[in-house]
Amino acid sequence: MFQIRIHGRGGQGVVTAAELLSLAAFDEGRYAQAFPSFGSERMGAPVVSFCRIDDHEIRVREPVMEPDALIIVDPTLLHQVDVFGGCKPDGFILINTAKGFDELGLGEFVKDFRHERLLTVPAGELAREHTGRAVANAALLGGFAALSGLISLDAVARAIRERFTGAVGEGNVAAAQAAHAWVAEEMRELSGATAG
Amino acid sequence: MLRQVEGSRAVAEAVALCRPEVICAYPISPQTHIVENLSQLVKTGELSPCEFVNVESEFAAMSVAIGASATGARAYTATASQGLLYMTEALYNASGLGLPIVMTVANRAIGAPINIWNDHSDSMSQRDSGWIQLYAETNQEALDLHIEAFRLAEELSTPVMVCMDGFILTHAVERLEIPDQEQVDAFLPPFQPRQVLDPGEPISIGAMVGPEAFMEVKYLAHAKQMQALELIPEIAADFRGAFGRDSGGLIRCYRAEDAETIVVALGSVLGTIKDTIDELREQGVKIGVLGISSFRPFPLDAVREALGHAQRVVVLEKALAVGIGGIVAANVRMALAGIQLHGYTVIAGLGGRPITKTSLHRLFTDAAADRLEPLTFLDMDWDVVNRELERMGSSRASGPHAENILRDVGPVAAGPV
Repeated sequence: MFQIRIHGRGGQGVVTAAELLSLAAFDEGRYAQAFPSFGSERMGAPVVSFCRIDDHEIRVREPVMEPDALIIVDPTLLHQVDVFGGCKPDGFILINTAKGFDELGLGEFVKDFRHERLLTVPAGELAREHTGRAVANAALLGGFAALSGLISLDAVARAIRERFTGAVGEGNVAAAQAAHAWVAEEMRELSGATAG
Repeated sequence: MLRQVEGSRAVAEAVALCRPEVICAYPISPQTHIVENLSQLVKTGELSPCEFVNVESEFAAMSVAIGASATGARAYTATASQGLLYMTEALYNASGLGLPIVMTVANRAIGAPINIWNDHSDSMSQRDSGWIQLYAETNQEALDLHIEAFRLAEELSTPVMVCMDGFILTHAVERLEIPDQEQVDAFLPPFQPRQVLDPGEPISIGAMVGPEAFMEVKYLAHAKQMQALELIPEIAADFRGAFGRDSGGLIRCYRAEDAETIVVALGSVLGTIKDTIDELREQGVKIGVLGISSFRPFPLDAVREALGHAQRVVVLEKALAVGIGGIVAANVRMALAGIQLHGYTVIAGLGGRPITKTSLHRLFTDAAADRLEPLTFLDMDWDVVNRELERMGSSRASGPHAENILRDVGPVAAGPV
């Protein structure tokens, strides 16, 4: 079972991101369970959502406390909420920002992590470019597909189109594609740097 | 059709497939998504003919459902928590009059302190209201139970509550098999009311009954629930034949045949319990679980048969009967009258506290070694409780519990998960 936890704020599409991820996994024939953190969500308040993906029925109903992957939609939470709780050194971390981990003050924290699994992507900027709004959720899923290889970009695109029709859907698909390309390029550079 | 869909949406679609003619509801978390989806299905004409009545309260919701059902319409509503309490008087009227209303309860805690999260306090408080109570383990079962519930309610002419864990099920997006209209039409015949208000043939429903006949009329509600003990398994078997999956029934056992320790629970926590039991079985612990699907009527014989051979029974429940402890446990104990075994009551998950595999693992290991207190509170922070007890002891004007404790533990929902 692969468990993903998504952190952001009310209004940033955190719950929708988990739902889209589960749709993409379902689209690829897998079992998936997406659910929110059940707070009284409101604009701007910290929000958490979860997604589990497996090859058989998922029975467990507890929150994800030891995530295999973290997606941080809002980097202003990094030093406010315990977003890294239960994180494992071989886990994936994707953060919506143009800054790097060192610049975010996380260099020391992730020094024992697998660095090829830690990436940042300016998903909000990419979303603004393609949709006119800096709602980064769909773009981050494109980036996550590239980073984790867990789901395909095509499945993410189909999930977005199933949930959002017309220009909103297409804009978000374009943002997801752009973020996917960005992350794939970062990963090529990282593996080049490691090889060199 | 197999789809990845939110539990609330799936329940709304299942209810719509049952062709209700009147839906009356007042929104309350975590039930809201169900009635929002239904109102949309009515507005777009996908569910037709059906009247969606926006009422001004839950008391009105149940009253409209009673009126609609009495005129021969298939009636549905949904609520939770304080909403269920607000309709309590009308609940007893619906069951006393024998009106086959189906209602979803998206289980949620009852205040004070106000809390929107899941536990079973709401529906458990109405266990003696005369309504049949079915509890869903999964979202698939939640949507299936609604289809079974209309058939059960109408065959017996008695109302049925389908209880599903608020948020944990209602807000989870999962892979679900949504039946098609032909399948549901073949399973659920049109509503043929046993009694109907018709201006063409006037009758009255709801007469005053004095001491000479009150017990007899009341007994009939009990008699119907006893009939339900036969009918619920029959309907579940028919459902299996028609839809090809197990949903509903009275009880369901998992790895319990040779178990020395059997856990008893209701609702969505059964999934987490099953995963924990698999882990413990790998370590050689002989443990299993009994899930109660029908809490009213309570299947005394089936529970006795399933548990009678065990050495110990752990009833884990999401409600607290203040002043005594367990509610489900008291019923289970009655089923086990005369049988000697170790019995434990565990109160867990009140007000949405997550019930985790880690805690269950520890709990079941302690139970198997008979190290549990007869009444155990899972993951209770005793330091917090004791500090407040000390404050109460040291000052007469110690103030309100909730506010004192929040000053101790920090603001609501500030934890990582």
